Amino acid sequence: MSQLTESAAGFQKPLLSQGSRSILLHVGIVILLFLLYFALPVYHSGNLARILVLAVFAMGYNVLFGYTGLLSLGHALFFASGMYGFGLAIQFIDVVPIVAIIIGLLSAVVVSVVVGILALRTTGVAFMIVTLMFAQAGYLTVLLFGEYTRGDEGFNIHRSDRVLFGFDLSQATNRYFCALILFAICFFLTAWLVHSRFGKTLVAIRENEERARMLGYDIQRHKLIAVIISGALSGAAGVAYALLFGYAGASFAAVQYSILPLLYVLLGGAGTTIGPLIGTVFMFYLIDLSSDLASAYLSSEFASAYMLIAGIVLILLTLFAPQGFAGLLRSKCKWLP
Amino acid sequence: MTDKIITSSSISRRTALKTLGAGAGALAVAGTMPGIIGCANASDEPIKIGFQVHRTGIGAAYGRWYDRTTEAVVKRINAEGGINGRPIEIIAEDDGTDPKRGAEVVEKFANKHNCDIAFGTLFSHVVYGSAPRAGELAIPYFVVSEGHHVASGKLNRYTMQPGITDVKSQVEAMAPFIADNLGKKVTMIYPDFAFGHDHRDYFSAAFEAKGGQILEKIAIPPTETSFSKYFPKIPRDTEVIYHVMVGPAVLTFVKELGEFFGPSRPEIFGFIDSLEAVDLASPGLEFLEGTYFWEGNPRYAQAEQSEFDKVFREAVGVDDNGASVSDAKDVSTYAHMFGCWETLYVVKAGMEAANYQGVKDRQKLIEAVEAMSDMPHSFEHPQGAKRFNGKTHQTFGHQYISKVTEGKLVLAHTTSIEDTLYEDEVDYTKMSF
Repeated sequence: MSQLTESAAGFQKPLLSQGSRSILLHVGIVILLFLLYFALPVYHSGNLARILVLAVFAMGYNVLFGYTGLLSLGHALFFASGMYGFGLAIQFIDVVPIVAIIIGLLSAVVVSVVVGILALRTTGVAFMIVTLMFAQAGYLTVLLFGEYTRGDEGFNIHRSDRVLFGFDLSQATNRYFCALILFAICFFLTAWLVHSRFGKTLVAIRENEERARMLGYDIQRHKLIAVIISGALSGAAGVAYALLFGYAGASFAAVQYSILPLLYVLLGGAGTTIGPLIGTVFMFYLIDLSSDLASAYLSSEFASAYMLIAGIVLILLTLFAPQGFAGLLRSKCKWLP
Repeated sequence: MTDKIITSSSISRRTALKTLGAGAGALAVAGTMPGIIGCANASDEPIKIGFQVHRTGIGAAYGRWYDRTTEAVVKRINAEGGINGRPIEIIAEDDGTDPKRGAEVVEKFANKHNCDIAFGTLFSHVVYGSAPRAGELAIPYFVVSEGHHVASGKLNRYTMQPGITDVKSQVEAMAPFIADNLGKKVTMIYPDFAFGHDHRDYFSAAFEAKGGQILEKIAIPPTETSFSKYFPKIPRDTEVIYHVMVGPAVLTFVKELGEFFGPSRPEIFGFIDSLEAVDLASPGLEFLEGTYFWEGNPRYAQAEQSEFDKVFREAVGVDDNGASVSDAKDVSTYAHMFGCWETLYVVKAGMEAANYQGVKDRQKLIEAVEAMSDMPHSFEHPQGAKRFNGKTHQTFGHQYISKVTEGKLVLAHTTSIEDTLYEDEVDYTKMSF
């Protein structure tokens, strides 16, 4: 008893509560991203706009993989659903961009509901394979309806169709801040989600599904909602890519774009809110800078070896920091969400 | 000096190491980059040409030869005094044959390296993914793609294709030869994606206009690895099989087609795209003996080889069989790669006509190229004469039809430029910059 009293007496209450720290961190990151636009050279601010969109994609993946423990290999389908929902609406229905955006988001939600209902009948490796098969079916569907989608070539979205509330999103400044607004909304949304009762239940499912079931939680319902949220966020990223960069194409529905968000999340830190952003930034610049490095050192015949550099770095990271960058941070700062 | 100019990147090793090694996070690294963004375009500085090259991904075989051709032509132009007295510096960047990375590469050329132009893309989806950014960044984008995307009007005023003909003109020019020489009843076998659909649509229309008949259109899914099950769909009265299969499965396709028909086959006409960078002596290709191929430029040195082709071949390092002079197994993409050579000579001519001084003159360069028309068969245009259409930003030229004879492609017919023309579908000159 006396020991307990001593411990309590020695325990210093932190200056800020865990929740306050989390809010400060998230708001601080968004403010930093806002300021970076003015501080960075134009090349890097352009990259950052693209990274923010891809980070939203990774955030969507993180909800399912990082927080719910479901490893999907089919997220390209959700990204492409948003992208084509938006792009085809612009091309063939002749709607204003805001309506096309809503159609794109709805497409991703509908697809994620269908995939969720069917794929969640499986678990583990089977879930991974089923989601991969759904994504492959989506990719082939894009090719099959090439008359409308232009198949593997894809199509451009005209600049006049990329004006939202009077802002021309083909302009660098408008594009950046549009990407930042989308990122901020999704960032705060996921931060709120993981602190909510629902988010904590997802973590409980990830940690021990049987125990969560025994405690009375409806596991399937929670998982389905997680798939829908994850699909919606990924779809939002797909809509944003087409809207901001003016292109929709089948390559975004291919398996490569199911692997990429997995990499972003693993490198950044699965199950952390800041991990997807860190992972996306790291992966983007790993490719970009290793390409520069190979170009500087190697002849053109061997310049493609930059992929080897990137591969070695990824292997080293997987070996020595399996929890990702944010995971490393969390081992120092336990409060990191 | 010339060798130094033909570098892959303007970034110094020290800078690259410094930036990669900073380790404080990519954005912190990003902060170190402004120092390497040089200010080009002073009169004594090189013309910087961003070369978007397929070094990895499905287009890597093409990229390898586009790379060699570009190095050869830049060496030649620089030896001739460069452009407006300034040497060319090539800044090459791999796009992974991926439209997303392609767009990023174009941004890198414009915003990081301050390139004067971007150039070199082959695969259509990369062109589609990159062209919007080229237009927004106002950087002239010279593609070497042979896609119909430029002339169809789907891109923008900054995107041009002056060094290689497009698939629509190629396909339409084949129809008269096939109808007059091979047969009137054709079955088409093509990959079920955009490239195959272009062939299906443009050839069908042109062939039927010549009085021919398309008996069957057999689309092969892109993931297919075995083709035997499709061949029974070929009608018995087929006189000509028209095929445009591409990708690694093409050897299986030809082998299985040979097994299906045996010695009694109809006439066969294909596009060499199927066999670019593939040795015709590969096992299984014997069945192609006596069949015909479209070639953008004859792979084998012909009996009537022009002096221009001889110089081009030697400069790039290609032997008389279309393979690398240093490795007979390294077969070139001869039907397409001349496009890099000819495009850079068009850029040179355009910059000289516009008295190009720097990025502020990009619009003048576009207008100067738009004003071009006939280009004679020459060292600058070794594939043959060209006729550039400034309104559609697309060039037109002779097409070659070769017959496989004793394992080699022997030229059988050369189309006229007029055979390749079609009505304009766009007038880019009316678009604002």
